[in-house]
Amino acid sequence: MIPSVRSFAASVTGRAISVFARFITAPRAIWHGIEPVQAQRVYFANHSSNGDFVLIWTVLPPTLRRHTRPVAALDYWLKSPVRAFIGREVFNAVLIDRRPEARTEDPVAQMTSAIDEGASLILFPEGQRNASDAPLLPFKSGLYHLAKARPAVDLVPVWIANLNKVMPKGEVIPVPLICTLTFGTPLHLIEDEPKEAFLHRAMAALVDLQPLASAQG
Amino acid sequence: MTTIPHLLWLLSGVAGILILASLVGEVLRQRLSPDGANPIIENLNARISAWWGMVVLLAIAFLAGRTGVVLLFALASFAALREFLTLTHHNRADHWSLLACFFIVLPLQFYFVRIDWYGMYAVFVPVYVFLMLPVLSALRGSTADFLVRVSETQWALMICVYCLSHVPALLYLQIPGFEGRNVILIAYLIFVVQLSDVMQYVFGKLLGRTKVAPNLSPSKTWEGLIGGILTATAVGTALWWMTPFSPLQAVAMCLLITIMGFFGGLVMSAIKRDRGVKDWGHLIAGHGGFIDRLDSVIFAAPIFFHVTRYFWSIT
Repeated sequence: MIPSVRSFAASVTGRAISVFARFITAPRAIWHGIEPVQAQRVYFANHSSNGDFVLIWTVLPPTLRRHTRPVAALDYWLKSPVRAFIGREVFNAVLIDRRPEARTEDPVAQMTSAIDEGASLILFPEGQRNASDAPLLPFKSGLYHLAKARPAVDLVPVWIANLNKVMPKGEVIPVPLICTLTFGTPLHLIEDEPKEAFLHRAMAALVDLQPLASAQG
Repeated sequence: MTTIPHLLWLLSGVAGILILASLVGEVLRQRLSPDGANPIIENLNARISAWWGMVVLLAIAFLAGRTGVVLLFALASFAALREFLTLTHHNRADHWSLLACFFIVLPLQFYFVRIDWYGMYAVFVPVYVFLMLPVLSALRGSTADFLVRVSETQWALMICVYCLSHVPALLYLQIPGFEGRNVILIAYLIFVVQLSDVMQYVFGKLLGRTKVAPNLSPSKTWEGLIGGILTATAVGTALWWMTPFSPLQAVAMCLLITIMGFFGGLVMSAIKRDRGVKDWGHLIAGHGGFIDRLDSVIFAAPIFFHVTRYFWSIT
């Protein structure tokens, strides 16, 4: 495809996916202790569905959306040409390989270079969709390494409520239910903070947003 | 063909009220909240501008004819159902039955209204859906909280789909001497019920002292309730000449629908209070969700429909 046609198709597809996400979930963003303003950020969220990053992307103001790239699993998003188009062209995803034995690029290096190019990131530190009853799976260490490599970047917790009910794992058609996204106060790595302590703090910051979603719903 | 002038007069009247409200809102903003810091004034102005949007949408639907009106209320029903089912209990086994609510029951109910199949739309949700929907959930095998899940889903459908579909159903009543003017019934119902809501809010804010149901809602007061119902009934009665009702009948009808409307707000508040939320949704700025704005119409519409049908319609 000619590049301009390709990018036009990508922007139309992006718009269509966004409209569809709004139709199904009427997503509502609550900015609690942070404002939707231009700043370089890493949004880290709970992961219950493949629609998660679409919702974050949808509720961000367009000016922020343009510079925001989801971090996604290469093995999922390169499985078919359609997924590859959506992942690469529409969402401009930073595709990382979750399989340490197979990968040729270091995920943290990929993320830091995206940040150095000026992008904000959407990250799911659980590493996989959470189908358990616990609010969060233990975080992978990527968020810590990222925080250490680029300490100035705001790490923004985003709690996504209800999307697991819209589309439970294994279902194909989504049920229309309202989803709420709560953006919380940004975190930074404290000097000399150990990895475990930081990841624990990040998980707590994210879980603490959970009640805000229902109280203000 | 007196529909258009009557409808135009009603819509111009509403536009006049909204222009006045916008002016008052602007003056209040300049006097009391120049920096946008007074939440009551800001909310009032958000409500007024949302009213403009709702009235314009309704007017467009009226102009588009039957299909337009049915479509508008089907979409409102979709948004309301989405709000309601967000707050009810269901688990993964209900996925199919929830999908059926949105993509089969809702479109079919409004389709039956559109083709004027009274014998079907009057019983579709309370009989067929009532019996068949739990089967879908049962087939998936989860028995936990089964009765709670199916009852709440049925309730959501009755409120958001069945009751609301009686607004466009008013288009199909056949009232001798009123042919071709049924859209006035819808405009009249919505106008009187919403005017009552607005005046309850205004009187409540100005004079409200005694709470009607302190456990349910801090904003519903006897002063607001009586002021709102009496004002709306007076204005509704003054408009009797555009309805099939005599002045006395208009008084009775207005009292009936405004009181039903108040009950709607009361019951919906009880549900919100139970679920720990302030509003049903967030899509109508200043008002909250679709159900927050439609609760009174939802309760008034089926009663208004059936009373009008019984006493005035030949079908």
